[in-house]
Amino acid sequence: MTDVLLEVEGLRKTFPVRRGPFGRGGGAVRAVDGVSFAIGRGEILGLVGESGSGKTTVGRTVLRALAPDAGRIVFDGTDIAGLDAAGLRPFRRRMQLVFQDPFSALNPRLTIEQALAEPLLIHRLAPTRAARQERVAALLAMVGLPAAAMQRFPHAFSGGQRQRIGIARALACEPDFIVADEPVSALDVSIQAQVVNLLADLRERLGLTLLFIAHDLAVVEYIADRIAVMYLGHIVEIAESRALCRRPLHPYTAALLSAVPVPDPAAPRRRIVLEGDMPSPANPPSGCPFRTRCRHALPACADARPVLREVAPGRFSACIRDDIVPSEAPEERRRD
Amino acid sequence: MAATTTPLLSVQDLRVRFSTDEGIADAVDGVSFEVREGETLAVVGESGSGKSVSSLAVMGLVPRPPGEVVGGRVLFRGRDGDVRDLLRLPPRALRRIRGDEIAMVFQEPMSSLNPVYTLGEQIAETVRLHQGKERRAALRVAGEMLALLGIPDPDARLSAYPHQISGGMAQRVMIAMALACRPRLLIADEPSTALDVTIQAQVLDLIARMKREIGMAVLFITHHLGVVAEIADRVAVMYAGRVVEQAPTAALFATPRMPYTQGLLRSVPRLSTGCAAPARLEAIPGEAPSPFRQPAGCSFAPRCAHALPGTCDAAVPAMEACSTDHAVRCARWRALAGVPA
Repeated sequence: MTDVLLEVEGLRKTFPVRRGPFGRGGGAVRAVDGVSFAIGRGEILGLVGESGSGKTTVGRTVLRALAPDAGRIVFDGTDIAGLDAAGLRPFRRRMQLVFQDPFSALNPRLTIEQALAEPLLIHRLAPTRAARQERVAALLAMVGLPAAAMQRFPHAFSGGQRQRIGIARALACEPDFIVADEPVSALDVSIQAQVVNLLADLRERLGLTLLFIAHDLAVVEYIADRIAVMYLGHIVEIAESRALCRRPLHPYTAALLSAVPVPDPAAPRRRIVLEGDMPSPANPPSGCPFRTRCRHALPACADARPVLREVAPGRFSACIRDDIVPSEAPEERRRD
Repeated sequence: MAATTTPLLSVQDLRVRFSTDEGIADAVDGVSFEVREGETLAVVGESGSGKSVSSLAVMGLVPRPPGEVVGGRVLFRGRDGDVRDLLRLPPRALRRIRGDEIAMVFQEPMSSLNPVYTLGEQIAETVRLHQGKERRAALRVAGEMLALLGIPDPDARLSAYPHQISGGMAQRVMIAMALACRPRLLIADEPSTALDVTIQAQVLDLIARMKREIGMAVLFITHHLGVVAEIADRVAVMYAGRVVEQAPTAALFATPRMPYTQGLLRSVPRLSTGCAAPARLEAIPGEAPSPFRQPAGCSFAPRCAHALPGTCDAAVPAMEACSTDHAVRCARWRALAGVPA
């Protein structure tokens, strides 16, 4: 990557847990356990994983909505991992978040104009009300909403429209970098496609850099240039989107891909059914985090945590089994 | 599976109305479909299409107020061979069928389980209620059910409480509860939607396997076309309170006739498995109409690229057969498919 906007190295974040009604025997959930990746300027990196994989924590931590326990977060040349509130202030304008739930992300008592003008006021980007109104109208136009939407309250809008408003708000102070955390999961399919296309267009027009967090691989493949797959606080594979989806290298990626229901009854079904659930992040297995559910696991997989290494140009995988191609020879699945 | 002469469940011209402060909404506006013995019918639609309300109405579970079933019939052929209209059955008689011959699984397994009872007690309750078994025998059935579902260490699970298990396990327990009395019809309302994909795959496999083993029929409510393709024999597509297309699964995906179905299929993101790089997603412009302000004619006309003024906005088109077992609610389907009138 020639021009890196964000580089994350060895990121760790744990949350304390209390066990029992009296708070005794507390442990810690290792939500993010040594994650490294980089995003190029103008790139969309998809971050995929199931619930509990730590993907949302990664998103919040790189924005410094959470303070990391360890690791570096280098944004445009500056390590922001250890900065205090004052030190972070100049970066706040440049990094924004789009939330999953468009219904709870907007204050019901603020008009759309007030909601979108707020970041402009905070960062002193438009001095007069007229200038702010002009900017809000331009933002609404950018996300495909009429200027008349300004005077209305959030309840007057549908889910898809609210997500457009959420995107407009994130764009208000002209950020360089946006974390979109499951931005289309709460939307209906026909509306989801509208919002995915909108994000793709905005990236083209504004040269945005995006960390697109989602659990739906098919959506992520559409929008992302590269995909990072998380499991239990670790990144297990990173590759260019198409390559990762067509020929996954890590056994977990292969299982995840094979579990996506294909909207084509004539398609051959080759599913790798994973047994059981993801282990608790409070008590992760030794060695490879996926070994307890992996059908390629060897005794050696329990010894040490596999490192994410470049196994082919641009393809990173954290698996010691170089001798397997996990996407091949899964069991045929029976169809009724 | 072979269709018998009378279907197991026949929903005819069902109408459900909600009266709220905002006005009156015809959430289900003349819905008809049937589920045949041993088959899986998927009812697919987006939020507000009326798919969940239809399934609740079948079970007599529409919350009243604000909802009310204002018309239609729900004919169910029982084990005894008699056909009864569930909408006109006294509550006691309906309760005997519900949970026994017709069982349900909902989207949120955790909120469907009672936190203060063990899983075993909750599964056994159904068995005691409907089969008159005493406690110990009912618990044994519960254990057998969990074993049948492939749940590891079923006896330990029986004495566990809901907070001790994961969401995927909770959904399997709900399925065990639903299937404990060997129902003839399972109504599954988005049973895998709240689950992660790998767990969703397990639950879908489980429902398909149990369908074979018990020989039950499934009415599967979902918004996910991928899930439909995996499990359904036939599909009913709903939009704004009406069924707009109905067909065998293969026919629906191969030759969708309703422009809404076509648009929906094009807007679904697909993984690129072959050599073609995925093109841009084709979204359907606009939004579904508000249930309080339905358009006069075809409810999809305002978003439809093929809508013809004077035709599509004049009257609600009737459901028309376009081939064997395939029906569509579109005034222009012949013109669009190139079929002479």
